[in-house]
Parts: sequence; structure tokens; C-alpha cells
Amino acid sequence: MEPYIPIFLMLVISTALAIILLKLQQSLGPKNPNKEKLSTYESGMEPIRSAHERFSIKYYMVAVLFILFDIEVIFFYPWAVNFKMLGLFGFVEMLVFIGILFIGYFYVLHKGALKWD
Amino acid sequence: MIPLNYYLLFAAFLFSVGVVGVLIRRNAIIVFMCIELMLNSVNLTFIAFSAFMGNAIGQMFVFFVMTVAAAEAAVGLAIIIALFRNKKTINIDQINLLKW
Amino acid sequence: MIPTFQDYLNVAPIIIVSATALLEIVFQIIFKGFKKYVNIFSILGLLISIYFAIINFDKVSMSFSNMVFSGKYASFFEILFCIIGILTILQSSTIQKYYSINKIEYNVLILISIVGMMVMSAGADLISIFIGLEIMSICFYVLAGFARNQIIANEASLKYFLLGAFATGFLLYGIALIYGTVGTTNIIKIAQHYPIALSLDLHLLGLILLLIGLAFKVALVPFHMWQPDVYEGAITNVSGLMASGGKTAAFASFLLIFSIPLAAGNNNLIEIVSVLAALSMIVGNIFGLVQQNIKRMLAYSSIAHTGYILVGIIATNNFGNHGALFYLVVYSITSVGAFGVASILENEFGKNLNINDYSGLSQKNKFLAFAMSVFMFSLIGIPPFAGFVGKYYLFAAAIQRDLTWLVILGVLTSIVSLYYYLRLIVYMYFRDPENQNNIIVTNDFKIAISFSTIVVILFGIYPSSLFSVIRYIFNIY
Repeated sequence: MEPYIPIFLMLVISTALAIILLKLQQSLGPKNPNKEKLSTYESGMEPIRSAHERFSIKYYMVAVLFILFDIEVIFFYPWAVNFKMLGLFGFVEMLVFIGILFIGYFYVLHKGALKWD
Repeated sequence: MIPLNYYLLFAAFLFSVGVVGVLIRRNAIIVFMCIELMLNSVNLTFIAFSAFMGNAIGQMFVFFVMTVAAAEAAVGLAIIIALFRNKKTINIDQINLLKW
Repeated sequence: MIPTFQDYLNVAPIIIVSATALLEIVFQIIFKGFKKYVNIFSILGLLISIYFAIINFDKVSMSFSNMVFSGKYASFFEILFCIIGILTILQSSTIQKYYSINKIEYNVLILISIVGMMVMSAGADLISIFIGLEIMSICFYVLAGFARNQIIANEASLKYFLLGAFATGFLLYGIALIYGTVGTTNIIKIAQHYPIALSLDLHLLGLILLLIGLAFKVALVPFHMWQPDVYEGAITNVSGLMASGGKTAAFASFLLIFSIPLAAGNNNLIEIVSVLAALSMIVGNIFGLVQQNIKRMLAYSSIAHTGYILVGIIATNNFGNHGALFYLVVYSITSVGAFGVASILENEFGKNLNINDYSGLSQKNKFLAFAMSVFMFSLIGIPPFAGFVGKYYLFAAAIQRDLTWLVILGVLTSIVSLYYYLRLIVYMYFRDPENQNNIIVTNDFKIAISFSTIVVILFGIYPSSLFSVIRYIFNIY
């Protein structure tokens, strides 16, 4: 158990520190909220309406699909750097990869996820 | 040159922030962002080790971590939306039908 | 480093299952009436995959710059996962009647999750194990919430997703630290650094974080909290797939990663893993006692069985490793069968899952009651069913390795578990039926459940048939 004592001590101290700091700022910090202070932009534009309104689910769909197809491109970088060395083999493998991505793309099209109306 | 330890400690710090965030935050989206923070701190660790050892495996791993994180993000957001449609909340304290 | 044709042949089982899944997506777009043939198509793909796994069975090799193993250990698990996949798909044949789900997508997700399991059990590098784990997990996140109109399914899926992704973070951090201390992610090259690497604190920390990540995936106490919830919320057949395939795959990679550091005899690691095993056995069985919902009961029983299997793995002798593999096979077939029976009775989402709904099952349907009792007896570990042989091997291995306290705990908790397994059998055989819902057992179900029942009985009577295969394959490196 000997080697664990420092870890244990560190855990205790860090937890205690975190709690103390949180409590301190709760109790010491001045709190005098007023209407100006609570507004969205204290010294900026007047907000027109609440930001918590709903907007169309289509934005989520496009965003989610964008993340997927965007990140897959990451695999093109190492391939592009080593393009000469990998030669024809690398090219064919990349075509297979793109082909699989395209299956996904056609599936998305088929499902109508990209239809805006 | 900045010593390796600095990178590692910074990554460990980020990782702890992510873990604490997952444990104390109550909004599913924010919990999810904390998880992404954990994954990115792992990426930092990988890159730091990789750069200091002059060995490309770590960088290769980061590519895969990033793609997996993207796939998880897509699936996770879809799950959160599906829940929100049925339940009208994403506060994980109110997601309590299943217990014991 | 350009791969040869042989490399592709070595991973043919994995490629074929992936190709089947992709073709199903394409056919769904091209052919209007493909829905009718999707089950047959998936099963055909899995059967071809089994064929290639059998062809590769004898020659152990590594492909793609030492990224994946093939042959023996890998082939064994590939065949097992294909069988689990076939059983799950057969048992899901009526699923569309009860849930308004897209059957093709369901099949595609099951197939891809099986690809993930195969990659996990064949991984020779932490990268491939990680990718396999994620392929499997992401499919499971979606499958858990597949009945998407049900709030309960949404909740299960969200819980699984958040905790699973959280665990992935730990797993990756562990891998990063291991990579940092030994400079490689290849399992064999890491093993060459033992036992010196085990004296490095950072490496040990990496292993422990990796252990936490995997413990989440196999649901070891105290990382088990998601499991009962997810199993309850998911479609019953999917729960069966998670309990069998998901768990087996996680254990397959657990064995690949941890058998060497555990065998190197690092006491800290062994202590931590033994405590996890002990807690799983205790918590799983004790919480199992109070469950009324059959799926939650099976989930807690699954946690307890994770503990038993871990006891064999901690022992790290031949007995233990063989016993663990044997038990994994038996447990996964049993749980697919048990969840399958539960899914027949559940004729509407979340209905008829209470233990009272099983009263008098023997009067309503002899076949189902018999199959369920066989599974329960096997889970308790009563001879002549296969669960007994498995438990015997696991505990014998632990005694050989001087882990008597774990064995005593295991036996005691098994006795505790008698109560809730037997309670179900008592309900089925010695009570009158409470409600008169008629049970329809289609042919697909009959094939799947009879197969599981026969396997459980056969391996109980002739365990040597499976053990000879396991002894043959158990030469991982």
C-alpha cells in the first residue's frame, strides 16, 4: 500500500481544494443581479426574441451528415502524401474507400435526408 | 523546445476536466462535449509521444480516433434528438425510467 | 508493405460479412421487394463467412503489416460470432410484426456489429482492437434504441451511448500511455517489453485505464450500471446479441491484451482484476435475486457470469484459459437462447416480461418451457449441462493458481443464484397460467432455439469435443 499513499493524499487535497474554492467563490463573491446585468448582451444589442426557439430538424440532419463526410476526408491526407509510393495499389484501395462512402451517400439520398422541402 | 512532460500534464489536465464534466454536468449535449474533450486530450497525448519518439504510429492512431469520434458524434446527436422528440428534455437527471 | 492476395484471403470472413451488409444497403435502394429475402441473404453471407473461417482455421498468420491475426484463435471466434449472428437473425424473423422498424437496416446493423466483434477478436494491434470495439459499440448504440418510438428504448440507447463513449475515453487514454512507454501498439511487440515495462508506473497506469475501458464493455462491477437498463430498454433479441456477442468479443480482446501482463505476475494488476471479478460475482447474483423483469434478471446474471469467466482468465494457466473459452461459447449460446425465448413471449414492446407471465408456461408450450429450463440449469451450473463443465474448469484453474478465496466466493454466489434461476423454473412448471395470451412459435424460432438447446446439452455431455478444439486453437501467438 506504501506507494499509493501519495496518490491518496493528492486525491484528498485536490478534492478538498476544489470544494473549498467553489464554496469560497459562492460565499465571498458579490451578488447583486439587476435587469441590465442579466440581459443577454449587457452592453450590446437588445435581443429581439429568445434564442431557445426551435428550428427545423433538417439543420441537424445536414450537420450530422456533414460531420461524417467531412471527417472521412481525413484519410485522404496520408494517402496523398504517400501517393507515389503506394502507386496503383493505393489508388485502387482509395477507390474502394470512396465507393463505400458513396454507398452511404446514395443511402442518404434514397432516405431523402438531403431533401430540403 | 518544450519538454514532453508539459504536453502530457496538459493532456492529463484536459482529460480530468472532461471526466469531471461528464460526472457533474446534467445536459446530455454538454456531457457529450466533455467526452469529446477527453478524446481530444488523448489525441494530444498520442501526438506528443509520437513527435518525441519520432514514430508515426501515434499519429496514425489519431486519425482513427478522430474518425471514430465523428461517427460517435453523429450517432450520439441522433440518439439525443430521438430522445428529445419523445421526452422533450435532454436533462439526464430526468431520464430515469430505467432503474434497479 | 503492399498487402498480398493472401492477406485478403486471411481476413476473408470479415470482408464477406462487411460486403453482405453493404450489398444489403445497395439492394434496398435498387430492388423494391428485397425486404422478403433480407434474412436469407444475411444468413447466406454469414454461412459463407463460416466456410472461409474454416478454410483458414489451420494456418495462423498475421496480415496487413501485423495488424490482424487469422487462423485458430481468430477463426474460432469468427465462427462463433457468425453462429450467434445467424441465431439472432433467425430469432428476429417476426420482429417487424411488433415494431415498426426497418428490417433491412436492422439486419445491416447486426451484420456490421458482427464485423466489429470479428475484428476485435482477431486484433493483433491495439489499433485494430480499438476499431473493432468501436464498430461494434456504435452499432449497438443504434440497435439499443431501435424501437425509437419508445421512450424506454431512447433512454437505454442514450445511457449506453454516454457511458460507452465515456469508457472509450479511458480505453484510449490507456492505449496512449501504453504506446508512450513502449513505443508501439502491436500486442506482440508490447509483450517483448515485459516484464520490464510492467515496472514502469505509467505503463501500469495505462494498463489499468485500458482495463477500465474494457470492464465497461463487458460490464464488470463497478462499471456495470448501464447493463440492466440497456438490456431492458433494447429490443430483446438485440439484448441477446449484446449479452453473447458483445461480451464474448470484449473478452476475446481482453484475453489477447491481458493474458501476458497477468501471466507476468504483476501483483497489483492481479489484485485489481480479482477484486473486479469478486465484486461482479457478488453484486450480479445478489441484485439478480430481487428482479421481477426477466430481461433485467438475465442482465444481472450476465454480470455474475462475467465475474466467473474473469476468474478463469486471472488464473492464466491452461485450465483457466481453456475453461474461459469454453464458458464463453456456452454462455453466449445460452444467453442467445434465453433472450430468444423471452422475445417469443414478449408479443409487444416491454410486455410479458415479468416473471409472473412465465407461470404455467409448460402447459402452454412444452418446447419453450423445456428450452428455458435447460438454459437456466446451464446458467446455474448443474450437470449434465454445459455450464457445469465450464464452471468446473474455471474454478479448478483458480485453485491451481492459489486463488481459493475467489473459488469459495464463486461457489457461494452460485448457490445464491440458484434461487432466482430455479424460481423461474418453478413458475414455469408448478404454477397455473395467469393469462391466456397465445404463443406463436415460428419455424425460424424453432430452429434457433432447438440449436441452442442441443448445443448446451451436447457440450454438457461431451465437453471433450469442444475442449479438443479449444486446446488446438489455444496458441494465440
